[in-house]
Amino acid sequence: MLSRVRNLLFKELTLELRRKSVISGLLLYLFSTAFICYLTFSLRQNQITPLVWSALFWITILFTVINTVAKSFIGEKKGRDIYYYSITSPEAIIISKVIYNFLLTLILSFTGFILFALLLKNPIIDLGLFSLVLALGAMGFSSSLTLLSGIAAKANNSHILMAVLSFPIIISVLLIVVKVTKNCIDGLDRSVSTNDLVTLLAINCLVTAASYLLFPYIWRN
Amino acid sequence: MKPWLKVLATLLLLYTIVAGFLFDVPRLNIVNETIRALYFHVPMWFGMVVLFLVSTVYSIQYLRGPSIEKDIYAVEFANTGLLLGLLGIVTGMIWANYTWGSPWHGDPKQNGAAISLLVYLAYFVLRGSVENEDQRARLSAVYNIFAFAAMIPLIFVIPRMTSSMHPGSGGNPGFNMYDLDSKMRMVFYPAVAGWILLGVWIASLRIRVRIIDEKIQNLENE
Repeated sequence: MLSRVRNLLFKELTLELRRKSVISGLLLYLFSTAFICYLTFSLRQNQITPLVWSALFWITILFTVINTVAKSFIGEKKGRDIYYYSITSPEAIIISKVIYNFLLTLILSFTGFILFALLLKNPIIDLGLFSLVLALGAMGFSSSLTLLSGIAAKANNSHILMAVLSFPIIISVLLIVVKVTKNCIDGLDRSVSTNDLVTLLAINCLVTAASYLLFPYIWRN
Repeated sequence: MKPWLKVLATLLLLYTIVAGFLFDVPRLNIVNETIRALYFHVPMWFGMVVLFLVSTVYSIQYLRGPSIEKDIYAVEFANTGLLLGLLGIVTGMIWANYTWGSPWHGDPKQNGAAISLLVYLAYFVLRGSVENEDQRARLSAVYNIFAFAAMIPLIFVIPRMTSSMHPGSGGNPGFNMYDLDSKMRMVFYPAVAGWILLGVWIASLRIRVRIIDEKIQNLENE
């Protein structure tokens, strides 16, 4: 099981590095969005209150991540399913996809943060806590969106469906993340955010377990 | 549904409406007579959660052993749950209009409620966009279970963690505090049973219609 997951993960990473167009496309997407934010506020940098910054940042990350994770199943060729079916188990596939999406989301979140800090400004006081929030948020996004991408890939007009299905599921993660980001901006003591972070971790575990249990049913056709 | 349950549902709801509007309620500032919303708004939410739970259970059963009937059960319970949820949100808005001053106040509970309804609307969009019947049933069952799991933190946990003006959360007293002589309980518990039974009744009627439709279609195909 573990070796299968490792092999599949390795395959995903190799594929990603081989066709660099996808990852560079996503980075460009991120850069364009951040740049639009910068241009919109160009001469009025002082009007970006911490709350505006947090809203812009999470909207950018959310849409980039939905696009990133959506391609994990929607982009797959039809016949390849059958090949995987013959060589490995669905559990290995979903776990490797979740881990892979987590790594990708993590990279994109940190790149997004650096871009926002460079182009706009950096209102975050507690950087350590914020990194933890980014990591937990990336975990939440990747675990809940991967299964939805699998569902959407089987249906018609999957790109629209992906956004529709994911919004209500992702919102509980998003609410907590936005709340803790505000705490990081205000530089509150870390003990204030502990409760929220534990809840976020619990939601992540719940969603990952649900994906693990449910994926075998949507995989087989 | 058994006939005596239907009689019981009718009687309970008649009692709820008569007693809910006429019986004595505690006098409280601001809330005043709107406390009667407790007999309608709260039981409707209970009914919604129960119906969604039943729908999820049928979805799980569908995945364990697929059959068209289980799929119909899951869909129709979700459908009726959505109806009760909409009624619950509307009655809540009427209540909020008199006590909070505006129908939509952006309270965490209200937002959570709206989002949980969105989940089930997305469920129906998903069903609409898959052509193959078998695949539609399976994908929507998976989404139903997944959505229910993701909804639990949304409507039960998060509103309790944030400040809310809703009675019973964010440090505000629930009705236990006002209802010192248990008079309200005499109406509240029958109301809960009545609204849940009504929901099950509506769902069972719709399920029968759907199953007959399915049979007619099978006969026509033969």
